Amino acid sequence: MAALAAVTLLALTACATDEPAAGPSGSASAAGSGTGEQSKFFVQADYDAELALLDAAPTGPADKPWEQVLNPTMVDTAKFKKSGPHKICFSNAALNNPWRQVGFKTMQAEVEAQRSRISEFVHVDAEGKDQKQIADINDLLGKGCDALIVSPNTTATLTPAVEAACKAGLPVVVFDRGVNTKCPVTFINPIGGYGFGHVGAEFVSQRMKPGGKVLALRILPGVDVLETRWSAAKVAFDKAKVDVVGVEFTDGDPAKTKKIVDDYIQRYGTIDGLWMDAGAVAVAAVEAFQDAGKPVPPMNGEDQLDFLKIWKDKNLTAIAPTYPTYQWRTPIIAALRILDGQQVSNPWKLPQPTITQDNLDQYLDANMPPLHYAMCGCTDLPGYPQRWK
Amino acid sequence: MQIVQRRRLPLRLIRVRPGGVLPILTILAVLLVLVGIRQPDFLDPPSLMSFLGRSAPIILLAAGQYFVIVCGEFDLSVGSLVTAQVVVAARLIDSDPARTWPVVLLLLAFGAAVGLVNGLITTRLRVPSFITTLGMFLILVGAVYLWSDGSPKGGLSEEFRRFGRRAVEDVPLLGRVPYALLVLLAVAALAVLLTRSDFGRTLVAVGDNPRTAELSGVRVWRTRTIAFILSGLAAAVAAILLGGYSGVSFQAGAGLEFGAITAVVLGGVALGGGRGSVVGAMLGALTLELLFALMNFYGVSGALRSTVQGAIILLAVAVSATRSSAR
Repeated sequence: MAALAAVTLLALTACATDEPAAGPSGSASAAGSGTGEQSKFFVQADYDAELALLDAAPTGPADKPWEQVLNPTMVDTAKFKKSGPHKICFSNAALNNPWRQVGFKTMQAEVEAQRSRISEFVHVDAEGKDQKQIADINDLLGKGCDALIVSPNTTATLTPAVEAACKAGLPVVVFDRGVNTKCPVTFINPIGGYGFGHVGAEFVSQRMKPGGKVLALRILPGVDVLETRWSAAKVAFDKAKVDVVGVEFTDGDPAKTKKIVDDYIQRYGTIDGLWMDAGAVAVAAVEAFQDAGKPVPPMNGEDQLDFLKIWKDKNLTAIAPTYPTYQWRTPIIAALRILDGQQVSNPWKLPQPTITQDNLDQYLDANMPPLHYAMCGCTDLPGYPQRWK
Repeated sequence: MQIVQRRRLPLRLIRVRPGGVLPILTILAVLLVLVGIRQPDFLDPPSLMSFLGRSAPIILLAAGQYFVIVCGEFDLSVGSLVTAQVVVAARLIDSDPARTWPVVLLLLAFGAAVGLVNGLITTRLRVPSFITTLGMFLILVGAVYLWSDGSPKGGLSEEFRRFGRRAVEDVPLLGRVPYALLVLLAVAALAVLLTRSDFGRTLVAVGDNPRTAELSGVRVWRTRTIAFILSGLAAAVAAILLGGYSGVSFQAGAGLEFGAITAVVLGGVALGGGRGSVVGAMLGALTLELLFALMNFYGVSGALRSTVQGAIILLAVAVSATRSSAR
């Protein structure tokens, strides 16, 4: 009987393995170059606009990118002018990942730096729940805030709550993810996902050997900021005619990432290029190549220090597009300018610097923790570096 | 036919008790041939050694799960226990090499303690182990989230990661032998010794018929509790290896409990207890990993793995049930 079971089992697995073997590049690939269908989230006009912004010259102080603006369009804020010190309130989507934690610490430090002008800073964490954030914003409206900063959890669901806040008459500043309304005084964010994805994919396809095999690692499907990164990379890979042998989802998990990369190395022998939509698992991917005794191919990561460190130590061919955490400083600066009646830009597009081999040393600080984001613009803030450790 | 074979074959090399290892060895051999045809490089010593090292955690978990299953219980908490251990280790070590060994000891104690709680709740409070360990699973998942605010803090030292990542280099013939494989061999030897001891026989007797065991003077609750502790300890060792392999991760242990149970069942251990060997369980885990490797070589989506696991559990239990009723 056991033998029978074994035979049946093998028959089953044989069936399962036959079909995809016909399409040698695996299940993730449908179209010619292996990148599959374009994402539903792809909007050509936005893509073109973001790529144009990558080359735009910012206005503002060169040593303070968090105060810089790309293609500014100033709006009048005289009606919000008020004498200080001010009470500033912040409804935060979540603190549930290292990026947000570094960002929030940066924001707190900015508040401390502006202490003479801010009497009180109220922070409410929505813990990643739309319903809680709607209630949070509603509560804050009754607390006598002079300005409200919102980092929305999701775009569509939070729009009515932000509109209600605008109607209450106080200046509203939205940053990071957006809302579907023009009512906030300004919306602050860096260039965006298309820019991020494009920079990484262009680097990888230029540095790898022509026609080589690329593995693309994504965190998860269906999230707009990540979909835009991948869709821009897809455009770049299609144009460069590289062979994308796999597009896999890692859930942002190093263990899963290492296993996936190892699987691909075993299956194809070598991988010539590695692209990822977020840097959190970059080190795990590098380790997979090291542990398999293979050279690490040209790749992109992000500005987390663990990746920058391994990049430097192992002399990788790498690039790190960023989604800078210094954008958490800007809302405080914007709110204070608005309360002064100064003009601010809306939208406030922040530059999105890229870390390359040439400026790597400038961002690599061996004393900071591995999950710290180098592009925090926080070295001049009170409490650095202790606050971020 | 199988029954006759099992009873009559004088194969003393590997002790053939009911639930012997012959079937699983056959499957393993067939898979090895299939892998050899598709990807001959895989059977080169360096690649094979790395595969064995990578598979060590799940084989350890299968050994731990064997003790629990053979005495008639389940342990669904091992996956979340592994995750909790990795996250705890990262936070406590905080990249400081000096804390490596104290934390390793603490993890073993933590694993044993979780096993003890599972065992006592199951045996003394008479909560079915399925529910006890499901509860423990949820408690550990929730506690890890609460404790770490949703993103792991700290880091593992290179000394800690060595066990799961590094290898003894330049071994003649084999190339590099992963530390994980050495740990696995040591634990496997201990496990085999244990199953051949009085305790091992008692454990199987308890699983076969707890009432008879009780009447013949076995303290059933104590035996079962020890089985849970062994499973917890195995999870701790697996966590040390897995944490070393992949670094801090929130999903380090996700799904491992089902992998371990599938492996044990595949290795010929009867769900409900009383039959099977720890070697079979460990070979089951190795076979499962080899099957996944084979699927990978054929380009089968990783998403199918859980489907295959499910099919194996159903098939193996069905076969085992038919066999029992024929007995």
